[in-house]
Amino acid sequence: MGYEPQADFGTPESRSDESVSLTVDGREVTVPVGTSVMRAAREAGGDIPSLCATDSVKSFGSCRMCLVEIEGRRGTPASCTTPAEAGMVVRTQTPRLAKLRRGVMELYISDHPLDCLTCSANNICELQDTAAEVGLRDVRYGYEGANHFAKSPDLSNPYFLFAPDKCIVCSRCVRACDEVQGTLALAVDGRGFASKISAGQASDSFLSSECVSCGACVQTCPTSALMEKSVKQLGKPERSVVTTCAYCGVGCAFRAEMKGEQLVRMVPWKDGKANRGHSCVKGRFAWGYANHRDRITSPMIRENIDQPWREVSWDEAMRFAADRIAAIKAEHGPRALGGITSSRCTNEETFLVQKLVRAGFGTNNVDTCARVCHSPTGYGLSTTFGTSAGTQDFDSAEQTDVFLVIGANPTDAHPVFGSRIKKRLRQGAKMIVVDPRRIDLVKSPHIEAAHHLALQPGTNVAVLTALAHVVVTEGLADEDFVRTRCDWDEYQDWARFVADERHSPEFLETVTRVPAATLREAARLFATGGNGAIYYGLGVTEHSQGSSTVMAIANLAMATGNIGRPGVGVNPLRGQNNVQGACDMGSFPHELSGYRHISQGDSRKLFEDDWGVALDPEPGLRIPNMLDAAVDGSFKAIYIQGEDILQSDPDTHHVAAGLAAMDCVIVHDLFLNETANYAHVFLPGSSFLEKEGTFTNAERRIQPVRRVMEPANGPIGQGLEDWQVTQLLANAIGCDWNYTHASEILAEIARLTPTFAGVTWDRVIAGEQLQWPVTDAAPQGSPVMHVGGFVRGKGKFVVTEYVPTDEKTGPRFPLLLTTGRILSQYNVGAQTRRTANSTWHPEDVLEIHPTDAENRGLADGDMARLASRAGETTLRVKVTDRVAPGVVYTTFHHPDTQANVVTTDNSDWATNCPEYKVTAVQVTPSNGPSEWQESYAEQARRSRRIAAEPAE
Amino acid sequence: MTKAERIASICAAHAGREGPMLPILHDIQAEFGCVDEASEALVAAELNLTRAEVHGVVSFYHDFTPAADPRPVVQICRAEACKARGVEALIDRARSAAGDRVKLKTVYCLGLCSAGPAARVGDRLHAWLDEDGLAQVIEQA
Repeated sequence: MGYEPQADFGTPESRSDESVSLTVDGREVTVPVGTSVMRAAREAGGDIPSLCATDSVKSFGSCRMCLVEIEGRRGTPASCTTPAEAGMVVRTQTPRLAKLRRGVMELYISDHPLDCLTCSANNICELQDTAAEVGLRDVRYGYEGANHFAKSPDLSNPYFLFAPDKCIVCSRCVRACDEVQGTLALAVDGRGFASKISAGQASDSFLSSECVSCGACVQTCPTSALMEKSVKQLGKPERSVVTTCAYCGVGCAFRAEMKGEQLVRMVPWKDGKANRGHSCVKGRFAWGYANHRDRITSPMIRENIDQPWREVSWDEAMRFAADRIAAIKAEHGPRALGGITSSRCTNEETFLVQKLVRAGFGTNNVDTCARVCHSPTGYGLSTTFGTSAGTQDFDSAEQTDVFLVIGANPTDAHPVFGSRIKKRLRQGAKMIVVDPRRIDLVKSPHIEAAHHLALQPGTNVAVLTALAHVVVTEGLADEDFVRTRCDWDEYQDWARFVADERHSPEFLETVTRVPAATLREAARLFATGGNGAIYYGLGVTEHSQGSSTVMAIANLAMATGNIGRPGVGVNPLRGQNNVQGACDMGSFPHELSGYRHISQGDSRKLFEDDWGVALDPEPGLRIPNMLDAAVDGSFKAIYIQGEDILQSDPDTHHVAAGLAAMDCVIVHDLFLNETANYAHVFLPGSSFLEKEGTFTNAERRIQPVRRVMEPANGPIGQGLEDWQVTQLLANAIGCDWNYTHASEILAEIARLTPTFAGVTWDRVIAGEQLQWPVTDAAPQGSPVMHVGGFVRGKGKFVVTEYVPTDEKTGPRFPLLLTTGRILSQYNVGAQTRRTANSTWHPEDVLEIHPTDAENRGLADGDMARLASRAGETTLRVKVTDRVAPGVVYTTFHHPDTQANVVTTDNSDWATNCPEYKVTAVQVTPSNGPSEWQESYAEQARRSRRIAAEPAE
Repeated sequence: MTKAERIASICAAHAGREGPMLPILHDIQAEFGCVDEASEALVAAELNLTRAEVHGVVSFYHDFTPAADPRPVVQICRAEACKARGVEALIDRARSAAGDRVKLKTVYCLGLCSAGPAARVGDRLHAWLDEDGLAQVIEQA
């Protein structure tokens, strides 16, 4: 594909079912009711010059370029604000219009620098195009009059610049910030000729304003006034490739705009239905890590972890690894081996890693990072509904009347979907937030939740049961729905359980700390407010009762009839780009792809026949069990692809001890991550820009990942995609794999996985929007699940008894720590810390309530020691009433802080998902790093040494 | 009462009104002689708007000023009707009468087109002005 900007139809698409026909320049056009004349003309293949119109925001009618003549109407109406009507006869190009447009253009250009040849928007400028279209040849007013030429640019944002001299004040940026992103950080300052775009107030820059750097304004700017610095530096791209973002589970579709193998910019792809043309600061701008100098580009090995690394050939690295694996297998058997698949890698790569472990190693000891995030979702939703996935597509939110957001912070962790929620809230939908912290969805400009249930961390089940109590005892349940769609007997058991007085909001108030009256109001609103949709995140799953909470959510959705149509549903917001995919691909020790238990003979036989090996019918070890077994001496080798368990998993001391006890730790990653400090083999990985495959987002949408540059892990022409590295390792241990392209792996997945039966590489790269299950019954995929009935047959109500966590506060550890993330950083930060995103979040900070801070003599910005029963660290304090008294909050993006030194090894009863969200801690003033931080920094430095090339 | 508390109480006094921002800004301008950046931010927080939105409104209107000016203000109409009735001939004298003590502001129409040249000091309007009359208005401002 050559470089061509995506078509812009000027005004948003109308979704009306009715259509009208009109004539535009002699051509008959049929469009949905509500379509503007401008869009009708552009859909018919014509073009009306315009400057202030773009199809991502509502029409504005200010630039006066898009005037048209309509038969029977006086004057020359603006085509962007005029709806198409049946029988209309429109002329877009007449001598009268040409004269008017040229006159307006003259005025614009009289105050615009004529440095087109050296301008960063040269040839990608709508002002330039429009001047060409109207045939501007002269500016009669000259250039000597008042102008804005001397205004200096705002370079404060690390990724884009604002050049006021190039601005035509069309206010597209202001409207994109308002309507698309919902941050409203921009305004027009002043009026008339003095009007100028202002980020924040008069003394603000873009960086100091409320701007969250989503890039919507830059994308919509018709000139070079708002421009990516990378385009200014590198020039206009020469081709573009549609691919999928590798950050969060929203799965935004992007155009990677390239010059040769140099990425110039990532621009959201408007036809991607996950993001519909929007982006956030991570996907849009934070891709520089792919070329960061820390990238390891050669395989490395070492006999033991005290030695420096030695760079070797792929052959030598694979021989070394295969020899160790063979020796361990001979001495300790296959169950001493295992692997971890990555939620950041493609479906194809994940599938191959679990295949390597099951078919190559001969064990089911394979697990994935979903263990530590959404494994309770898999358990809970499978049990109640029959599938381990969210029930809706993101478009569903446009029809939601009441949102119930539990333990998720979408505006930071899933920003593009967060913006869609905010848009719906501005249209009048209601919000209920269940979160110990006052997240932005509770209150931010133009947004205010109807109810914020600021519960005590660890009491999710109590709150959900109390909500259900109100629904059942006040007669608000949708019994018709329950009778037809669910198991009625189980419902009655459950209803009796929740109706018990000990589950009333009043009784539980002392436990949850949620005022009973507020909880009752929230329950009534959710049950009676129209379409109710539940969105939840790791604040639900990462608890000792994570699985119970997921089932309690499912119960609530079923009892209120909020399943099986657009606008409702139960939706886990997936943390990483391909958590859904990694789970789908059989990454769990007990499940083959498509969530079929390893003990099911017929499923296993399908794989055994296809792979030509016998599979172990016993489920393997989970990550924490592998680490326990390693400490016990029965687990010896692990292959970890694209995951940093040392930083991301709880109780760092225990993880370190487990890794240190193994004989062969193979880390396959872009960087020498924290886990690699304990590795014997390092296999350099390839970034999402360097490989082909598919990611599956939180809405089960299977999207393409495209190779736009050579993998950096080898000399030119010899770089390897991650699945190729896994294949090398498999063949080194005696497998005979011969995949030549990721599409062949996808074909194998489709062949072996019923829910993927209709998925092909050709369909995915053609831009088809496939959401699994893609089967004969649903050949185009399934945007909404459980429409006619639940996948498991009848929806299952499960009684969820609240059991307090063992992690309790006491005199030594009087506060509760809960952890999360922030907009600009992602997960362990391996990617975002290596970009300018650190401008916004250079270190992890501890949020603490003013009262708790004052009691400890801590002021904003002080260093504090954060200690739990598991360990301690130090970090800077931020005093804020976002957290309730008794609760402290931090993020886990920075290895220098290592928040997980503090978290414990408590975990979910059903799935072992760690209890990250509740740790009893004490906070005290500190003046230096903790002992662990110092010794860890020294150990990390030593273990990252790479031996210099020996002199020839 | 701190400025923040005072602004909060001004906002509270207009709570529940449709479009409360302009009356709030008028009250702030009247009380503090300006709507400065801190006030913009406080109003934004009170009304659950962004700082940029409030700044956009404040900067749009001439009668909201970013910094207080202790000088008295005389508004002189220099729109078409007053021009036709000779206001331009009064301006030099008006400037010298004002000196640094009085701030002269040009406005376009005070609604006294049949009785120009016209000027305004506070809520008091002055019509049928000649050179002496305008100078007197300015000196007494």
